[in-house]
Amino acid sequence: MFRIIYRETLATKIHLFKIEAPAIVRKALAGQFVVIRIDERGERIPLTLADWDGKEGSVTTVFMEVGATTFRLALLKAGDFIADFVGPLGVPSHIDKFGTVVCVAGGVGAAPIAPIAKALKEKGNKIISILGARSKDLLFWEDKLRSVSHRLIVTTDDGTYGRKGVVTEPLKDLLESGEKVDRVIAIGPTVMMKFCALTTRPFGVKTIVSLNPIMVDGTGMCGCCRVSVGGVTKLACVDGPDFDGHQVDWDLLSARQRIYLDEEKRSFEHWQAQVGKRC
Amino acid sequence: MAKLNLNREPMTKQDPKTRGKNFNEVALGYSAEQAKAEASRCIQCPKHPCAEGCPVEIDIPGFIKAVLDDNMPEAVRILKDKNSLPGICGRVCPQETQCEQSCSLAKKGAPIAIGRLERYVADWERTNMEAMNPKAEPPRPTGKKVAVVGSGPAGLVAAADLTKLGHSVTLFEALHVAGGVLMYGIPEFRLPKEIVQAEVAYVASLGVKIELDSVVGKVVTLAELLESGYHALFLGTGAGAPMFMDIPGENLNGIYSANEFLTRVNLMKAYQFPEYDTPVLVGRRIAVIGGGNVAMDSARCALRLGADEVYIIYRRSEVELPARREEVENAKEEGIQFKLLTNPKRYIGNESGWVVGIECYEMGLGEPDESGRRRPIAKEGSEFILDVDMVVAALGTRPNPLIAQTTPDLKTTKWGTVMTDETTGKTMKDRVWAGGDIVTGAATVISAMGAARRAARDIDEYLRR
Repeated sequence: MFRIIYRETLATKIHLFKIEAPAIVRKALAGQFVVIRIDERGERIPLTLADWDGKEGSVTTVFMEVGATTFRLALLKAGDFIADFVGPLGVPSHIDKFGTVVCVAGGVGAAPIAPIAKALKEKGNKIISILGARSKDLLFWEDKLRSVSHRLIVTTDDGTYGRKGVVTEPLKDLLESGEKVDRVIAIGPTVMMKFCALTTRPFGVKTIVSLNPIMVDGTGMCGCCRVSVGGVTKLACVDGPDFDGHQVDWDLLSARQRIYLDEEKRSFEHWQAQVGKRC
Repeated sequence: MAKLNLNREPMTKQDPKTRGKNFNEVALGYSAEQAKAEASRCIQCPKHPCAEGCPVEIDIPGFIKAVLDDNMPEAVRILKDKNSLPGICGRVCPQETQCEQSCSLAKKGAPIAIGRLERYVADWERTNMEAMNPKAEPPRPTGKKVAVVGSGPAGLVAAADLTKLGHSVTLFEALHVAGGVLMYGIPEFRLPKEIVQAEVAYVASLGVKIELDSVVGKVVTLAELLESGYHALFLGTGAGAPMFMDIPGENLNGIYSANEFLTRVNLMKAYQFPEYDTPVLVGRRIAVIGGGNVAMDSARCALRLGADEVYIIYRRSEVELPARREEVENAKEEGIQFKLLTNPKRYIGNESGWVVGIECYEMGLGEPDESGRRRPIAKEGSEFILDVDMVVAALGTRPNPLIAQTTPDLKTTKWGTVMTDETTGKTMKDRVWAGGDIVTGAATVISAMGAARRAARDIDEYLRR
C-alpha cells in the first residue's frame, strides 16, 4: 500500500498527488512513469513522473479526470492509500547538451515536461518553453515552468490568458524567426504532439514526443502499448515512452487509444452510480 | 497379488455446455472413494520409475500408499517434502509425458492417474489441515541472504527450498500479486487463483519475504542487490514478453497478444467488468493463432466471455499440436473450432482501424525441421479470408529483456535466454543463478520447478562453502 501524503487541485479536473515511495525516488529520472492501481478492483494505468523529493521520499504525479480510474483517484484524500505504485518505468528522457531546446507542453503535459526542462537546463541548454491549454482555468505550473526556462510563452485556445491560439503557432514562429532550435520536446494530447511534429518536420528539427498509449503491466509483458515508429513495432512501456515524433505512426496511436471508448463510458457510469449511492 | 486394473478412475468434469459459460474450474477432482480406488491400482513396483520421471523427485508410490492407507497427513507430508506447490502441479503438470508416462502400468493399460491423486492430496490438505498443520521445526539460520527475482513457479520453489535450508529469502515480484504466469496466464477454470494464492501463502509461511510491485532491473539492479547485502541471487523471471508474427495489420484494434488477453481476463479479472475496472473486448468471431496450451486457454476464455465462434488457427496438423491432449479435448468439447494447416498471411482492417478479417494460407507439411516436426509450407494461391472481429496471437513468448539490459555481465543467447550451467543453473555472473523459462524459453511449470530446485541446491552449497 502506498500513502498519499499530499494532494492539490491544480486546475479544473486536474489534480496533483504526492505519493510516498522512497524506493522509486532513488531511481527516478525525467521522462519515466509509474503504473498505479487504486485497489483490488482497480485497473493499472500509467502516470508520468512530474516531480520527486528525496528528503520526503515522495513522487509527484499529475492527472486529469477523464475516465473511471482518474475519477476514482480524484476522490482520494491525503492520508489515503492506493494499492499499487510501480516504477520507475520506461527509458528516461535523453538529457544532453543540445544547445537550444524548445519544450512544448499541452494541457496536463506541463507536469511531465517540467522535470525534463529542469534537467536540460541544468545540463546547460537554453530552454524556451511553450505552455498551452484550452482555457485559462486549465492552465497550471506556469511559474514552475518559468523557473526552469529562459523564456516562457503561454497560449490558450480561447484567448482567456496569454497568446490566443494553439501551441504550434508560437512554435512555428520561433522556428521561422531564425532562432537556432536544436531540439523540440512535445508532451501533451496525442493530436497536439502530432501537430508539433508536423510543424517541426519542414525545419528538420529533431522532435521528441512522449507517447501515452493504453498500458496494462508497463513492463513489456502484454504488448498493449505497441506503437509503430519508423515502420517498426515498439512497446512504449519499455522502448519509450519517448520517441522521434517524425517517425511515429500517429493514426495508429490515435486508433489504439480508442479501443475501449465504450467500455470506458460504461465503467465511468458504473462508478458514478456507486459513488452516488454512497453519498 | 490382486488382478491388475488397467482402467483409471475417471474424474468428474463440468458439463461442456455449462462450463463454456462460466469461469469455474472444469475438472472437479476425486472424491475420497475415487482417490482410494485409483490409489489401489498402484502395484507399488520396486523400481518406482514414476518418481524418476518427476522433475522434482516426489516419492510418488509413497504418497499413493498413504492415500490408500487412509493416512492423509502422511500423504501430504510426503508430497510437500519435495513439492511446495502440489495443488498447482496436480492441475497443470503434463503428467502424461512425465511420471505417468514412466508408470509400470503404462505398458499394459492406463497409467496411474498420479496428477489427479496429487491434486486430491493437495486439496485435502487445503480444506482439512489448516488447523492441524504442525509447523516444521524451523531450520537453523545460516545468516545468508538470498534474493529471488520473479514469483512464478521457479521463483516460488527456489524461495521455498532456500528458506527450508535456513537462508533468509526475499522474493521480488514486478506485478501486484505473486504467482507470475500462474496468476496472469493460466485461467481460473484450469487453475483457480485461490489455489495459487494458498500455495503462495504456504511459501510465505515458511518465512519468505515477498516484495510486490518491485520491477528488478528498474527500481533496483542485480548489481545493487548484490551490493546491498544479498549473498546470492536466483533469477526466475520467466518468458514474459509476447512474440508477434510481424505480418501486415498486426497492430489493428482487436488484435491481442495472448499475454495481454489472458492478463486482462485472469490477473485483472476483466471477466467481471465493470465490477472490476479492467475491460476486455468481447468479440463475436474470434481467431486464436497458435496450437499450444496458451492458445487453448485463450480460446476457452474467449468462449466464456460470450463469443459466438472461436477458431484455433494452427499451421501444422492435429498430431503436432503442442498443447496437452487433455486441453485440446476440453476445447473441442466446448465447441472451439480447429482450423488446422492454416496460417495467417495478413490482417485486414476497416477504416477505423479495427480488424475485420484474416487472409490465411492453407498449409502443407514438408520434411521434418530441426524440431523434428514436419515443416509447414504455405500453398501458393491457396489464400482465403476468414471473417473475424477479434484475434488473439498465442505465438509464444521470450524472456523479458529488462534485467539483461541493466546487467551487462549476464550472458544471454540470441533468443534472450540467460546462459547457465545446465546442471546447476549458475549464470556467467558471479553469485547469480537462473532457472525456468528465462533459461529454456517458454516451457512447463514443472520443468521450471525442477530447475529451481537444482539451482537452490547449488546456491546452498555455495553459501555453505
